[in-house]
Amino acid sequence: MMVTSESELAEAIAGAKGPLQVVGGGTRLPVSGDMLKVGISGVRLYEPGALTLVVAAGTPLAEVEGLLAAEGQRLAFEPMDFRPVMGSEGEPTIGGVVAANVSGPRRVQNGACRDFLLGVRFVDGHGRIIKSGGRVMKNVTGYDLVKLMAGSWGTLGVLSEVSLKVLPAAEAVATVIVHGLDDVTAVKALSRALGSAYDVSGAAHVGQGAEARTLVRVEGFADSVTYRAGRLRELLGGFGEISVEDDAARNAALWKRIRDVEDFAGREGDVWRVSLKPSDGPVAAAALRAAFGAEVIHDWGGGLVWALVPEGADLRAAMGDLAGHARIIRASADTVARLGRFHPRPAPVAALEAGLKEKFDPRGILNPGLMG
Amino acid sequence: MQMPTPDQTILSRKDHIVRRLRTVLPDDAVIDAPEETRAYECDALSAYRCPPLAVVLPASTEEVAAALKICHDEGVPVVPRGSGTSLAGGALPTEDSIILGVARLNRVLETDYDNRFIRVQTGLTNLSVTGAVEDEGFFYAPDPSSQLACAIAGNIAMNSGGAHCLKYGVTTNNLMGVKMVLMDGSIIDLGGPYADMAGLDLLGLICGSEGQLGVVTEATLRILHKPEGARPVMMGFDSNEEAGACVADIIKAGILPVAIEFMDRPVIRATENFVGAGYPDVEALLIVEVEGSEAEIASQLARIIEIGQCHNPVEIRESGGAEESARIWAGRKAAFGAMGQINDYMCLDGTIPVSQLPFVLRRIGELSGQYGLGVGNVFHAGDGNMHPLILYDANKPGDLEKAESMGADILKLCVEVGGCLTGEHGVGVEKRELMDAQYNADDLDAQMAVKDVFDPAWLLNPAKVFPLAATAKRRARPLAAE
Repeated sequence: MMVTSESELAEAIAGAKGPLQVVGGGTRLPVSGDMLKVGISGVRLYEPGALTLVVAAGTPLAEVEGLLAAEGQRLAFEPMDFRPVMGSEGEPTIGGVVAANVSGPRRVQNGACRDFLLGVRFVDGHGRIIKSGGRVMKNVTGYDLVKLMAGSWGTLGVLSEVSLKVLPAAEAVATVIVHGLDDVTAVKALSRALGSAYDVSGAAHVGQGAEARTLVRVEGFADSVTYRAGRLRELLGGFGEISVEDDAARNAALWKRIRDVEDFAGREGDVWRVSLKPSDGPVAAAALRAAFGAEVIHDWGGGLVWALVPEGADLRAAMGDLAGHARIIRASADTVARLGRFHPRPAPVAALEAGLKEKFDPRGILNPGLMG
Repeated sequence: MQMPTPDQTILSRKDHIVRRLRTVLPDDAVIDAPEETRAYECDALSAYRCPPLAVVLPASTEEVAAALKICHDEGVPVVPRGSGTSLAGGALPTEDSIILGVARLNRVLETDYDNRFIRVQTGLTNLSVTGAVEDEGFFYAPDPSSQLACAIAGNIAMNSGGAHCLKYGVTTNNLMGVKMVLMDGSIIDLGGPYADMAGLDLLGLICGSEGQLGVVTEATLRILHKPEGARPVMMGFDSNEEAGACVADIIKAGILPVAIEFMDRPVIRATENFVGAGYPDVEALLIVEVEGSEAEIASQLARIIEIGQCHNPVEIRESGGAEESARIWAGRKAAFGAMGQINDYMCLDGTIPVSQLPFVLRRIGELSGQYGLGVGNVFHAGDGNMHPLILYDANKPGDLEKAESMGADILKLCVEVGGCLTGEHGVGVEKRELMDAQYNADDLDAQMAVKDVFDPAWLLNPAKVFPLAATAKRRARPLAAE
């Protein structure tokens, strides 16, 4: 079933007889239940001078990005496109991005999707239309259900409208590239860059051995980018051979490759995403290589590890007791059922989550079991 | 402003409750003598006062847990308190409540520059967090104007902002993890020195929940390297419209200043009399600050000045160095004090879409005329967070009520134009009864359902945030078992 207005969405949920699988563009893993496709689309308000965009949840991401680009602005959290790595089709929607709190390389500078979410409208499991937050940048009026809804994967309610803070697009970009570092040294270099005054907007490490590349991105006005790239080049000089990429198109391709995990697209095996303390990134990578011969990509200065492992491998067991969390991005239904897509939470936290689910969706019909 | 009638049963059982608290806390950590509890009768919203039943000052997470467990078992409401700097009455007690102060939880637990975080106990003041890392060139970004005194616990409870949040965000954008104690005494950890949460964003949910969901005892905070430098430009305009349009044009040009501050004529005049910062006598004054290297600052300021010049400025003054920067900021930093010299004032905190600035300022001027009360505006223009200061005379009967009524009208106006009641101070008791203006019954019910999960008996800071009538049933509880 596809709904095209908020009231239709409310009716559909209120009248649902069983589990609903909530879908935006349908670019990620399916769950069971009747499909409920959110086709509510359209821009409600866009004020470039106030950095504010209000848009219906089913609006295609590409449409949102096109609209912003025409005004020299963008979604600062750089949402990834799941289609390459998932091998899926469909058109990603802004609601899907928010529901999964999808954030790309620029998270190290500006924060996650949830940090740019100013307000939401959604329909909860009772079929009630609820609003939280609004369209202004500072708002502490009541509880922040906005954050709760971001990354709740449609399990507490189905988004109908989102308000976002947008930012100016950069006039120029440059990436300082250090060649041939091992993981541990690479993350040290990334930490040095991220701990500097030079406002780094991307910090990743790909490849191994002589092919390894440690990438540090800066963006902004052209003179400022030139200056900061120069300072970073000096700062990281002791780590290894350095080059600077300042071509806009090549930078776009380079960071899209990191953002969308293109290196794992079309490859056999399961894809996992691990969030941990940046300096633990190399520790996790070493453990995963030893256990499974895993292939690894480091983003977020080491704090995000993408891993390609053999089908069915239990990545969490191999990581030991490192603080953080690991989520399955792509695996068979059996593996998901056996290991759980989301990292298990300690009992008292799981109890709070279950309590919220019970309040917002007492019939348990919205994406049941997805986050459990 | 109403508070619930105190529970007589609790009042009559005070000695028993205090005795039990002393079994788990050191003697000097339980305060029940009336002359001593009076120090906790109010926060910075000092128009409202009420001494609590008792005060507990635990020095560890375990002591917090033990104290909360007893209050939970005894059915006693608990009001958590950071440094008591809330402008919304967030730490205002009731006669039948225990104040739980976190002042003794004041240690830095871990600093990690490679991973760019600091872990602290939450009684630590905001400024001392920066103090703990500034030797290494780092700082903690949220900077509420009470940062010398306010505690991290209160910052988290109210999701505090500050002057620089246009670039760096507010508390919730800089909070990575917490250790917190629920009302039943259980201790949980949410988040940590890594990105995002494993499941639902409970961290985002508890930040700004005004001490109603739990007591946060430890926090993992993101720290950043300081910029190489910062410098402001001051621009005076003869109309609010021009100043508002200038702000929008700066933002549209792709410049992201760290701060855009706005002052109107009453505030400019008051600060000139107070500190003599040398501001021009204009309708609207902007202070725009940018950061970076010397060359980056110069180039950004040049762009901003070019934009300012398209809006018929009366005066533009670019700071050439530290001394001039301090002078430009002197008036803004003294604004609240300067207004306080003139009269008592009530400080509002509504936020509006920046595009509505001229209209809202005009309406506030009209309301000022209608009520016969002066008002000055000083606020963070980049993010639309207004701080109208309504002048009144606390010694004149009826004046406070008149100011409150005018304040309510202004806040409703903020909501009508697409904004909200409070941008950084919180709802507390002050704006509790106005929540209906922004949210309907379903919206509020969804929020209250969250409290039902974290604190089913509604014992934590219960008479705050939501309209009293809306929470009456939830707050009603069976008499505590003897």
